[in-house]
Amino acid sequence: MIANNKVILLVEDNPDDEALTLRALKKNNIGNQVIVARDGAEALDYLFGTGEYSGRDVDLTPQVVLLDLKLPKIDGLQVLRQLRANEVTKLLPVVILTSSNEERDRLAGYELGANSYVRKPVDFNEFIEAVRQLGLYWLILNEQPPARR
Amino acid sequence: MFRNFSISRKLTWMNMLVSGAALLLACGAFIAYDVISNRNGMIYNLSMQAQIVGFNSTSALLFNDSHSAENTLSGLQAWPNIVSAGIYTPDGRPFAMYRRGLGSQAPALPPIPPGRVETHQFKTSEVVLVRRIVFQNKPTGIVYIQSDLEGLKGRVLQYQVVAAIVLGTSLLAVFLISPIFRRDIAEPIVHLAGVARIVSRDKDYSVRAKPTGNNDELSVLVDDFNGMLSQIQERDEALQRAHDELEQRVEERTNELATINKELESFSYSISHDLRAPLRSIDGFSQALLEDYSGKLDPTAQEHLQRVRRAAQRMSVLIDDMLNLSRVNRGAMRREKLDLSAVANSIAADLQETEPDRRVEFVIEGGIHVVGDSRLLQAAMENLLRNSWKYTSAHPSARIEFGKSKQNGKHSFFVRDDGAGFDPRYADRLFAAFQRLHSASEFPGTGIGLATVQRIIHRHGGEIWAEGAVEKGATFYFTL
Repeated sequence: MIANNKVILLVEDNPDDEALTLRALKKNNIGNQVIVARDGAEALDYLFGTGEYSGRDVDLTPQVVLLDLKLPKIDGLQVLRQLRANEVTKLLPVVILTSSNEERDRLAGYELGANSYVRKPVDFNEFIEAVRQLGLYWLILNEQPPARR
Repeated sequence: MFRNFSISRKLTWMNMLVSGAALLLACGAFIAYDVISNRNGMIYNLSMQAQIVGFNSTSALLFNDSHSAENTLSGLQAWPNIVSAGIYTPDGRPFAMYRRGLGSQAPALPPIPPGRVETHQFKTSEVVLVRRIVFQNKPTGIVYIQSDLEGLKGRVLQYQVVAAIVLGTSLLAVFLISPIFRRDIAEPIVHLAGVARIVSRDKDYSVRAKPTGNNDELSVLVDDFNGMLSQIQERDEALQRAHDELEQRVEERTNELATINKELESFSYSISHDLRAPLRSIDGFSQALLEDYSGKLDPTAQEHLQRVRRAAQRMSVLIDDMLNLSRVNRGAMRREKLDLSAVANSIAADLQETEPDRRVEFVIEGGIHVVGDSRLLQAAMENLLRNSWKYTSAHPSARIEFGKSKQNGKHSFFVRDDGAGFDPRYADRLFAAFQRLHSASEFPGTGIGLATVQRIIHRHGGEIWAEGAVEKGATFYFTL
């Protein structure tokens, strides 16, 4: 069981995709707590300790943010932009996890400072493999940026 | 020289030449007339003097008194023009002589034509007059008078001087008066020429020549010239309007197209995003069922679920291919030099890596360089070579070629294989999207690859066509 105390923030509005992602994480023995935000606003609330998450210790940043692009209220690229503009979250690892294979989305994602761009495959076995590699890299191999302050 | 003069200079010269010629003719005529009338007067005077001398010498001749005759002759001293004079007997012997200054021998008498009493001769510098002396109807002697022409010459000279003065004065007057003509003739022409130059140089058809205010051919010319300018201006404006309209229409169309393109883009974006999400659910939860409930599902149910998954995955491939096809038409073409041989070699290496057990010989002609969009051309080459790779898969060994050829005088490139080939009767359906000549169980595929290749070739302004026969392989030719 791969585990550390840090959470994974999954930003996903489609409940099916949420269930499949959670299943893929479980299949890969990734035991971190997963916080699910169902739109961009909720994700930002979680990260910045506002709205329903007011009072949360924002210094407890997630290990990685899995970010969908097409989201209600505030879309994924907008979330990424705000996240990168904030002192607390600007170095947070963000993996864009989306259906879109459009070049402009990929380009915009990287331009705004996404750390990875993963296209959700239709074949669930491929999806599990993609999540495995993500987990391997972002949860185990990757050294976290040094703590602030 | 005269040709290169300006109009006003030409006019001045013309006036001066014409008036000069007229004056010269007039003065010449006057002088000639004067010379003739003076000669006649001179002959008349000499004739009178000869008559007087003859009359006064009649008695001297009759009495053979030459001394008295010489006295009579000496009276001629009063006329300084008379060089010499003489009286002769009727048979021509000299009788009495007079000379102005030192003289010579008595000159020979010119004969007087019969039936006449006198004759005269003009020489270069003198005139000679001879007259019979008749007394009581009997010829008694002959008078001879020789006179110089100094008086006449002086007069002619005087006339010439006067003529020259008149001519000079007239030409000066013409020179001074000609600006008046210049204003009426030369200036409108010069102005017209200036306007014509402005029109041809600046393409400004709004300028107009000034009307002359006269009622001559020049004013007609100016009016017609202005009329022509108006017509050109009208035509020019009409042309400009048409051009502007066209430009506006093009802009409208461009905007429309841009809008449609944008809509298409968001449409395909939506397809890419939204159409795939349900497929993921279908595939993912089918897999979850297979994994979590395998004990409760009999083999048939499990096979059904596998079919569901395969269908979902196949639809996913279809969506991707469709999007790729639509992407070919989007985005700007970037033309650059591209080594197609290198591209083909790289694709061939990739293919061999995916299925290392297959025995496929690649024959790729080297040094084929083209100019085109490298991303699109690579996609086209990939599709063609992958096609050959796929349709030779049923054969134990295969040969795939890429090279240049010349057909009907046109240079083309080709990708050839010795695989399954196709029925040439259906060759035109090869390039239609979603059209396949083989079933998916024979050879997998969505029927979009060749449609994509065709669009790429067409975007490069080229053509693509295929030759082949069932089980004899296929050759795809294309131009760029």
